[in-house]
Amino acid sequence: MRRTVFPHKFLPWLLLAPQLLVTLIFFYWPAGQAFRQSMLKEDPFGLSSTFVGLANFRRVLSDPGYLNALQVTVVFSLLVAFIPMAIALFLAVQAEKITRGKGLYRTLMIWPYAVATAIAGMLWLFMFNPSFGTLAWPLKQLGINWNPLLNPNHAMILVVAAATWKQISYNFLFFVAGLQAIPHSLLEAAAIDGASRRHAFWTIVFPLLAPTTFFLLVVNTVYALFDTFGIIHAVTGGGPGKATETLVYKVYNDGFVNLNMGDSAAQSVILMLIVIALTAVQFRYIERRVHYG
Amino acid sequence: MKLTSLWLSGFAVMPFAAHAQVEISWWHAMTGANAEVVEKIAGDFNASQSDYVVKPVFKGTYPETLNAGIAAFRAGQAPDIMQVFDVGTGVMMGAGGAIVPVGKVLTDGGFTFDKSQYLPGIVGYYSTPEGEMLSFPYNSSSPILYYNKDIFEKAGLDVDAPPQTWAEVWAAARKIKESGAATCGYTSTWLTWIHTENFAAWNNVSWATNENGLAGTPELKIDGPLFVKHFQEIADLAKEGVFVYGGRTSEAKQNFTSGECGILTESSGGLGDVVKSGINYGIGKLPYDETAEGAPQNTTPGGASLWVMAGKSDEVYKGVATFFNYLSQTEVQQFLHEQSGYLPVTMAAYEATKASGFYEQNPGRETPLLQMSGKAPTENSKGVRAPNLPQLRDIQNEEYEKMLAGQQTAEEALKNAVTRGNAAIREAVGG
Repeated sequence: MRRTVFPHKFLPWLLLAPQLLVTLIFFYWPAGQAFRQSMLKEDPFGLSSTFVGLANFRRVLSDPGYLNALQVTVVFSLLVAFIPMAIALFLAVQAEKITRGKGLYRTLMIWPYAVATAIAGMLWLFMFNPSFGTLAWPLKQLGINWNPLLNPNHAMILVVAAATWKQISYNFLFFVAGLQAIPHSLLEAAAIDGASRRHAFWTIVFPLLAPTTFFLLVVNTVYALFDTFGIIHAVTGGGPGKATETLVYKVYNDGFVNLNMGDSAAQSVILMLIVIALTAVQFRYIERRVHYG
Repeated sequence: MKLTSLWLSGFAVMPFAAHAQVEISWWHAMTGANAEVVEKIAGDFNASQSDYVVKPVFKGTYPETLNAGIAAFRAGQAPDIMQVFDVGTGVMMGAGGAIVPVGKVLTDGGFTFDKSQYLPGIVGYYSTPEGEMLSFPYNSSSPILYYNKDIFEKAGLDVDAPPQTWAEVWAAARKIKESGAATCGYTSTWLTWIHTENFAAWNNVSWATNENGLAGTPELKIDGPLFVKHFQEIADLAKEGVFVYGGRTSEAKQNFTSGECGILTESSGGLGDVVKSGINYGIGKLPYDETAEGAPQNTTPGGASLWVMAGKSDEVYKGVATFFNYLSQTEVQQFLHEQSGYLPVTMAAYEATKASGFYEQNPGRETPLLQMSGKAPTENSKGVRAPNLPQLRDIQNEEYEKMLAGQQTAEEALKNAVTRGNAAIREAVGG
């Protein structure tokens, strides 16, 4: 490979500076603070603080509540990473088939993305409130004792549904773009060879979409882990019991409601390590199987 | 040229103006009608004198305001006055170096602080065991019973006699459900504040050791027989569909204002929303357990108080003292009480409201006051305090939800709440 040599020494740094500065201020600095805090035991006001080494980590990891949050997060993240992708892919393929009004359908599909997370949460909360929810009523008529306020499974279904609904648009957008990039000649050739549409989809379209699918897998995972905080906060507040308390929600709850900064910081450090590991695994093992065409 | 001279004259005047008026920041968590009351009080105070300007700033919900204040303190940018909800009282009391006791601010500011002028039930809660007032009780409330008169009538219940005891509430609620007058007989907001903390005070049983934490580190006692009996009754009603759970805080109010439930226990501060809903409502005292000795005792205050932050100039403290002195004035307290549904903090304001005939026109508005000041408080009924009360309530809510979902009995729920709660307290005090 040819090595590019830039004549200037300082210009590249200068051009990189804004981005480096942003990363330093908004990532490295707070991350460093979290590391520091995770080794301290402090009162909420920071009037007294003692260095406790890894005691916070030890306590967090031996807390059954933390293991529960980990389980909840795994279930929640898997569902929120894959369901929107599956639905969005289906919808994108269907939208491609339409000949009239394609633009309208696409626009409608993309709309939910513009809704703020917390507002999306409120929408679902109101629609499915067991007492006055418009959509809870038909469920009750069907004989389902719908009650996300007390039934852990119902609560999980509700937050997953809200988080999924919000993420379908984004996935849809990328799948539509991905589908358009697939050369028609390939599909035509398959048709001439007598392949059914279904067969052509799984052997040609789906593999060619792999880069998009992989990208969405990474994005959806990060979304499920972090950006869904607003939905959980608005819809269930982590309840009933601890049924929908994810790792991020627990960081917030322990830090800002229970004012236990040390434990909260230790949890966010662990969470950071989890995400780094997860992303590394995704790039190392899954990306190798992705064909970038 | 003209502009420049304007600029210059502007600069010339500004330092003088800033010097003349001391600004006092007040972070609060009031919304809707209560936020208007805050603005009005601050505006009236600013107009009443020319030395100080109180600037109220809305900082979000109670927990958000507390967090904002804590974060600001850590950054050296704390407000002068901060509104902190009852549950955060323990947190603030533990922050000795971050706050200045209100009693001290008032006396240093040249005002006499006469404790006997204040309602004992309220001021007692915001004082040290030695009697020094730590924060200024701005908005206090107490839980009461609301009932839907139309539903009562349909169910064949006496519209003018709200149930007095829990046994009567259960009976009335079952009748409402069975008669088909409503789909839900009874609901309640705040199972922690109403059915645990106030339940203990009102029935004169211990919530925790050390005078419920007021005299030292508490150890929870909420797995006592009376609590177990009470919560098992609620769990049974939930199973029958007579009791409907609304949520951890005040969500259940909607189940009542929508006409779904016939009876509700809620904060007296929730009256505004009940009135606004237009339902035909009645008010009763918080029910008690007739098997408890000495019940009903007295209920405890909820709501919020104003804390003065440390590290400010003498001028600011003088201004804060002047403002608090203004806040204690009878007319101001009366206005606050009548507008917001919160309780007055001085005896004089209570008497004046009584004399004005307000309670005759608004029956029920006196109920929380009667509940709180009916009897001299015992060590079970002065209120509850813990360094981590929000966390304790979280734990209790989790266990109650599992109980209501039928996953555990009341006894198991309360035992778990005690074990987990006590572990959390030990952790919080660093033991």
